[in-house]
Amino acid sequence: MGYQQPELDTSPKVSDEVRKTTCYMCACRCGINVHLTSGKVSYIEGNRDHPINKGVLCAKGASGIMQVTAPSRLRAPLRRVGPRGSGAFEEISWDEALGLAVRWLAPLRAKAPEKLAFFTGRDQSQSFTSYWAQAFGTPNYAAHGGFCSVNMAAAGIYTMGGAFWEFGQPDWDRTKLFILFGVAEDHDSNPIKIGLGKLKARGARVIGVNPVRSGYNAVADDWYGITPGTDGLLILSLIHELLKAGKIDLDYLARWTNAPCLIEEAEGEEKGLMLRDILGKPLVVDRLSGNLVPFDTPGIRPDIAAVRNGNRTVFQHMAERYLAPDYAPEAVAERCGIDAGRIRALAAEIAHAAFDEPVVLDRPWTDFRGERHERMIGRPVTFHAMRGISAHSNGFQTARALHVLQILLGSVETPGGFRFKPPYPKPAFAHPTPHSYFMPGRPLDGPHLGFPHGPEHLALKLDDQTPARIDKGFTWENPLSAHGLMHMVIPNAHAGDPYRIDTLMLYMANMSWNSSMNTAAVMAMLTDKDEDGEYKIPRIIYSDAYASEMVAYADLILPDTTYLERHDCISLLDRPICEADHAADAIRWPVTEPDRDVRGFQSVLVDLAGRLGLPPFVTKEGKPRYRDYADYIVNHERRPGVGPLMGFRGDGTAVGRGAPNPAQIERYIENGGFFQAEVPEGAAFFKPWNAAYQDWAVAMGFYDQPQPYIFQLYAEPMRRFQLAAEGYHERQPPDRLRDRIKATMDPLPIWYPPFGDEVGAEYPLHALTQRPMAMYHSWGSQNAWLRQIHGMNPLYVPTKVWEAHGFAEDDWARVTSPNGEITVPVAHMAALNENTVWTWNAIGKRKGTWALSPDAPEATEGFLLNHLISELLPEKGDGQRWLNSDPITGQAAWFDLRVRIEKVEAQAEAQPAFGPIPSPVPPAKRNRP
Amino acid sequence: MTALPPPSAKKLGLVIDLDTCVGCHACVTACKGWNDQGYGAPLSDMEAYGSAPCGTFLNRVHSYEVQPEDAAPQIINFPRSCLHCDNAPCVTVCPTGASYKRAEDGIVLVNESACIGCGLCAWACPYGARELDAEAGVMKKCTLCVDRIYNDNLPEEDRVPACVRTCPTGARHFGDLGDPDSAVSRLVAERGGYDLMPEMETKPVNKYLPPRKKGAVEASPLAPLLDVQATGFAGWLDRLLEKF
Repeated sequence: MGYQQPELDTSPKVSDEVRKTTCYMCACRCGINVHLTSGKVSYIEGNRDHPINKGVLCAKGASGIMQVTAPSRLRAPLRRVGPRGSGAFEEISWDEALGLAVRWLAPLRAKAPEKLAFFTGRDQSQSFTSYWAQAFGTPNYAAHGGFCSVNMAAAGIYTMGGAFWEFGQPDWDRTKLFILFGVAEDHDSNPIKIGLGKLKARGARVIGVNPVRSGYNAVADDWYGITPGTDGLLILSLIHELLKAGKIDLDYLARWTNAPCLIEEAEGEEKGLMLRDILGKPLVVDRLSGNLVPFDTPGIRPDIAAVRNGNRTVFQHMAERYLAPDYAPEAVAERCGIDAGRIRALAAEIAHAAFDEPVVLDRPWTDFRGERHERMIGRPVTFHAMRGISAHSNGFQTARALHVLQILLGSVETPGGFRFKPPYPKPAFAHPTPHSYFMPGRPLDGPHLGFPHGPEHLALKLDDQTPARIDKGFTWENPLSAHGLMHMVIPNAHAGDPYRIDTLMLYMANMSWNSSMNTAAVMAMLTDKDEDGEYKIPRIIYSDAYASEMVAYADLILPDTTYLERHDCISLLDRPICEADHAADAIRWPVTEPDRDVRGFQSVLVDLAGRLGLPPFVTKEGKPRYRDYADYIVNHERRPGVGPLMGFRGDGTAVGRGAPNPAQIERYIENGGFFQAEVPEGAAFFKPWNAAYQDWAVAMGFYDQPQPYIFQLYAEPMRRFQLAAEGYHERQPPDRLRDRIKATMDPLPIWYPPFGDEVGAEYPLHALTQRPMAMYHSWGSQNAWLRQIHGMNPLYVPTKVWEAHGFAEDDWARVTSPNGEITVPVAHMAALNENTVWTWNAIGKRKGTWALSPDAPEATEGFLLNHLISELLPEKGDGQRWLNSDPITGQAAWFDLRVRIEKVEAQAEAQPAFGPIPSPVPPAKRNRP
Repeated sequence: MTALPPPSAKKLGLVIDLDTCVGCHACVTACKGWNDQGYGAPLSDMEAYGSAPCGTFLNRVHSYEVQPEDAAPQIINFPRSCLHCDNAPCVTVCPTGASYKRAEDGIVLVNESACIGCGLCAWACPYGARELDAEAGVMKKCTLCVDRIYNDNLPEEDRVPACVRTCPTGARHFGDLGDPDSAVSRLVAERGGYDLMPEMETKPVNKYLPPRKKGAVEASPLAPLLDVQATGFAGWLDRLLEKF
């Protein structure tokens, strides 16, 4: 056949219309262009103008069309008609549903507001949901941070006023060495991928420190396959090496940190606290005058090596501790699973990048002491870490150690180093303290979550000093639980410890499946009855857009919309979408209308608040103040002139501060769904100390007056809890916790073995999970396209274990932990720490859920590691419940898990297997399209 | 059975950087999303929510483990799609002329109205880059987004394949590999870009950039200021402050 070529139209019409909104598949919240053809969503791509993703989009975002058309979408409000867990529901109207909710909630508010526990999961409106809970008056509110990454966030806030991800990022354009710690495949998504792409394009060096060499670690130039739970020890050993060689930034430490602050040495109630002046300002010795002066005195040169009346500086305390031979590479190598020579090489590489190749910008700036600097000098070494290092019982101290390492290098907020994203930096003292004082019929006395500075801020009842919160957040068991402990809500409510509740209200939180430790036990708790035949957790209200596993365990379902059918704001009052060079916020708006009887949950909360008469949501006359969530977004003012959105305020030109503008949402839509405000060039670095940044932040409404501060290498709030444990506070911890508080609340970073290690040699392996990039954080799995990429999850086994057990392809294994056993398919992986097994998280689904057919691989071969993990540590025989959590923040210690493994015969299904749940939605159409 | 056109000067194709690809699958679903509503029949998903979901994809990412003798084991993420070969066996094998290579830019396409779904082209392709759509019964393959790259209805900067536009790490590059001065040709020259399976003599237009060498760098170890254990903390501190 001769050559022939048909006619082809290479310029077809793309779509009828493009509507720009915000993705919801994870916490990155990228800008998306949603194409509509004949009124239907036809294609989704990244928004090139958007500050977060600049046009790119991940696998989840580009599969969004499968979310909007998912057969698992709930269709109408549901009321349970059979036993809880049976999946028997009847569809009811919204009037009936809201009437029922009010009948349950109104008496609680009037008599015992704490009997409502309201916890949200993948919530992206926490500043709103927490405000609602505060107005209701319950102390029992938090989102999912307690079982996610509070250690990283809280350690960063206490140390330097922010952590990674939405708080800050590497200076991608200038950094020369980037080191990733922890299981980072799933945190975060597009911004870090864009950044890695920039590094790779420049040929900058990337190092991965991670038991698993997948994802970002796969492209790292070098890999340290560390033993889980020992990252803190490695970091402290790096600090040891850097200190020993003098490779630290002394000028930076003297000027911008509490390294020169003097610590009280005398025994007594002040021991270990900073010396302060009469106004409470920490004192330093000025090298020029030799005088003892407040740290912020103009013109001084703080002395990091001063001694006054036997009181030494923070720096001396640190140096003495970390120079000790306990932290020498040889002393930690075996434990970390990394040769001493490799640790030394890493320290040398870090020192070389930081000090032999500084980044210098000719940008003058003036610091908070009034001193002008002609240049900005930076240390181009950066780090990123998330759950991998923080989801351990030593995670807070480990995250602190990493932040301290960055500060010792002088890289934080310098060119080439780590950069905060507005409205961060924001130190612990600029955040609220926790509030938990509740009274019938009254709002709570302040925001639920915050940062305690001492035992006086614990959430303990004033009368009997018992926990005020159902999750026992901010108690002696976990004093700095800044995000609450969502994983303890159901176990505590079931146990009636510290008290019984009446109604549990959950949003987007799959607590009867992958979001709980000890999944089967949680299902039992949710269905357990007391002697009167009443459920121990009497009422459960749940809002979700999809037929998730949790639906069957609720009594009232309030069906949410998908992300393309709703209003939302991605607010500076919440977890914003800023980048280092600009503040930004964004909206979602209904780019398509729901074809079901569903409502955005936030609008439902506004409606409920009106019906319940919650004060900020009703006028003086008792009329609802807001029509719906969109109306709240536009008209709510948290402080005068400061509302959920910063752009187009007042007459439409005001930024940050300004009166509500009724046309604000329309203006956001015209602007592509977002707003951004550039950080002035002279304010771009040294933000905590840079007068230009501080002034800009005040003008933007982040805070009301400049609040420069110094980094807290030494965390004084932790010392206050130690002092209490030593007997020096009117609030005293229970004796059983006294020694643990003294040991773990060390104001300088320490490392101790993860509590999970206490089970010993019977469980020789570490077991981890991570979300695959194509599903990370994504709500609404299994998406028709993504499930073809990840439809089942084997347990990956390292070579040494694989060979020792004689495993072969398609084999199965029984995996046992102190909490139980699972039987699962295995696969070999060589690029893995030799004592670690791992799998993808949350691929396994329960039969009958998510509109999948019951024989879907997710429900047969897919499995959860959660069955092996308990929210409590194994019994110690002392009659106490010891949490499987970080003792400082209460973060769920998922990655402390220790297991043993044995080969078993191939199975038909992964075990444990659970019976199918009747689906609340019709079966899916077999094929697509 | 079907003739190839004379070699074109312009050779549009992709350059895929295996040193940068993190295996995120963004290109996989962006491709599926565009082409599901673009050129030809939709890309179906059989048993979309069932036990053995099987859909048509024009681009897939595979992850391979390699175990070098002198280095730690590694994972390589490898995106795979049509390489738009100059010497395309999938075209010459086609009994109906449905499979063809465009004379003006070298893109290999399937004319779906002439495709009888015999599958010979998929057998002929050594890269496994073609998939027969189970619903439409026609052969599907990467079109290099021929309905994007010349599309006057798109802003100029968007006239690139959907996979390139979406790639978060910038590991995918699009351009004219027939022009030695194009950005993609220069990248291939700088980074040692190579042909996949050259022994098959298909002369692929697409190129892959190899992973850079991994491992430790030569760095001189840090020299202690002095022996802290011997001289004590005070001596170390004095020496440190001399630097200040």
